Amino acid sequence: MKTSLDAYEPIVGRDIIDQLFQIATPLKGMKIVHVNSTRVGGGVAEILHKMIPLMNALGLEAQWEVITGTSEFYQCTKSFHNALQGNHVVIPDTHLREYEKINAKFAEEQRGTLEDADIVIIHDPQPAAVVKHFTNRKGKWIWRCHIDASRPYRPVWKYLRDKVANYDASVFSLADFAQPLPHPTYLIPPSIDPLTEKNIDLDPDEIASVYDEFGIDPARPMILQVSRYDRFKDPLGVIEAYRLAKKFTPTLQLVLAGGGASDDPEGAVVLEEVELAGRDDPDIKVLDLPPDAHRTINALQRASDIVLQKSIKEGFGLTVTEALWKSKPVIGGNTGGIKLQVINHHTGFLVNTPEGAAHRIRYLLHNPDKLKEMGDKGKEFVRENFLLTRHLREYLTLMLILWFGNGDRIELDRLDWRTGGKS
Amino acid sequence: MTKKRKNEPFLVRDCSLAAVAVGVQAQSLRELRDKIATIHPGSIYHHFWGGRLRPQFEHPEYHNDFAAWAHHALHDNVLAERLGVIDPTDFKDLEGLRQELIDVIEERLDEQDWLAWARREDQFHFIRSQIVVFSTPLRIETPADMQDVIPSMSASSIFYHFIDARRRTPEFLDDFCTWLNGFDGKYDDLIQGIGQIDPYFLSLVDLKQRLSETVSDYLMGVGYVKTYIEQTHRRSDEREGNGQ
Repeated sequence: MKTSLDAYEPIVGRDIIDQLFQIATPLKGMKIVHVNSTRVGGGVAEILHKMIPLMNALGLEAQWEVITGTSEFYQCTKSFHNALQGNHVVIPDTHLREYEKINAKFAEEQRGTLEDADIVIIHDPQPAAVVKHFTNRKGKWIWRCHIDASRPYRPVWKYLRDKVANYDASVFSLADFAQPLPHPTYLIPPSIDPLTEKNIDLDPDEIASVYDEFGIDPARPMILQVSRYDRFKDPLGVIEAYRLAKKFTPTLQLVLAGGGASDDPEGAVVLEEVELAGRDDPDIKVLDLPPDAHRTINALQRASDIVLQKSIKEGFGLTVTEALWKSKPVIGGNTGGIKLQVINHHTGFLVNTPEGAAHRIRYLLHNPDKLKEMGDKGKEFVRENFLLTRHLREYLTLMLILWFGNGDRIELDRLDWRTGGKS
Repeated sequence: MTKKRKNEPFLVRDCSLAAVAVGVQAQSLRELRDKIATIHPGSIYHHFWGGRLRPQFEHPEYHNDFAAWAHHALHDNVLAERLGVIDPTDFKDLEGLRQELIDVIEERLDEQDWLAWARREDQFHFIRSQIVVFSTPLRIETPADMQDVIPSMSASSIFYHFIDARRRTPEFLDDFCTWLNGFDGKYDDLIQGIGQIDPYFLSLVDLKQRLSETVSDYLMGVGYVKTYIEQTHRRSDEREGNGQ
């Protein structure tokens, strides 16, 4: 019988699809619940939109719940996010109380679903406090941190650690991000889905449509950064790099494409700053796109010559993965998960300053053969390492380990999760 | 491969690794030596072999994480070269490999007047692996079938049978050679050919390709004729036996 997984066969190969079914066999019928704080915007929501149907196609019973809150709740969780990335932020007690209140309310609303689940995966800090309302839970609870928490602001981390310590395991994207916790800490990089609107192949007409729509000249070189309007993404640094490079390539155009997520109250302020910085140059396009503008972003990425992701802090940087998948070399900030994807001189360049970014823009624009070679290498690198099928396999592996023991080696034959061991 | 009696089919298995952050870091060369001395052997294994199943560039400059760290974080290319040349297949067990690492690092520490150290964001993070092993529908009935089945195996399946096997089998052999040994010396030439494949400097995809070529070359040569005749005789014997 054809399943939604078969659609991935032409991209990853039959062996990878078969492997997923083999790993999932002992987990069939298991109830999995993912919880995060937004259905639209941001990498986590994008992954879950595809991960849930694929888990179900493998015979698991997966569902997705979303915690929603008040403005004070989101301000609090945005402060958590900034603090985990190292900003010194003072969070008012009123915000913390609201955070705990919303988590308690969500726990009561979802009590039946979460108590009944075999595996609960809580994404990021927003719903992290839900776990303490389930002291007699039967399932395994995993905290999945997508944020670069390598140097957190300690007072805030101490507060969050008390919540996170209650989980059975945690997952970070990179070893650098992991914090000591009283349970096993696993490392799983995120992924992109090659079949979503944001990543599927587009015909040339559709790619060309963004030139007219946004006033971009197709005859001139174009560089692009796609990201939320967030200071950690350094959009002002991108504008500076563009200006430095434009001195040598006067025809250069810059597109900054982004939007806000419903759980990010700072986006509008940063967007205003970026618009102000780019206002005097008609070759700078600052686009505030709706969260569902996936095909537009896809077309922009394909239309660009080089993609930048000049973040100064980055969880993983799925926009880097997306750009590499479209055979574009990436000039990325030397931070977080970008370091895992951008291999100097192979898939792009890691930079630390706007000057460094400008230097690499100039280099690539003057070496079109190198630009193409790097782009081709980047696509294969993503195919091998950062597609959804690999991500799914690692989640399944983690579930098996949590259910069937914590030794170095687990032999899967004849295991059944219902009995916790041999069937 | 859990049971391998003589001439039993080779049951192809596959594996998936989970990487676990063990919460141990090193920021200087001395710290690296001290941590290597006491770290779980599974972590030594991971930093030499586990990288084959995690995101990495196809042709890394250094083939183990310790050498790569010496180059990228400590900027000590002398040490990186010495660590990079360590071949884990030279050691019977991980303790021997651990000692070799310590010896190389101590030699370098003795040579230096100052302590090499890394920036905080470039610390060495020790990781260990948990491995989940599972069956696949693939099976190899006879050595001649290897040329059809090996190309269908996943990269992680190649890892399990060709690399991981060396630490779980008493003879430190890959599973293919262990299985072929069960044919009472009839495939010694093939075993020798497979034994010459150096898994350390090949990606899993290249390793699969090399294995396939080795088997095909063997079957195309004298060995294939010998095997074909033997199989024909065996089938004939079986038919006669069944008929009695």
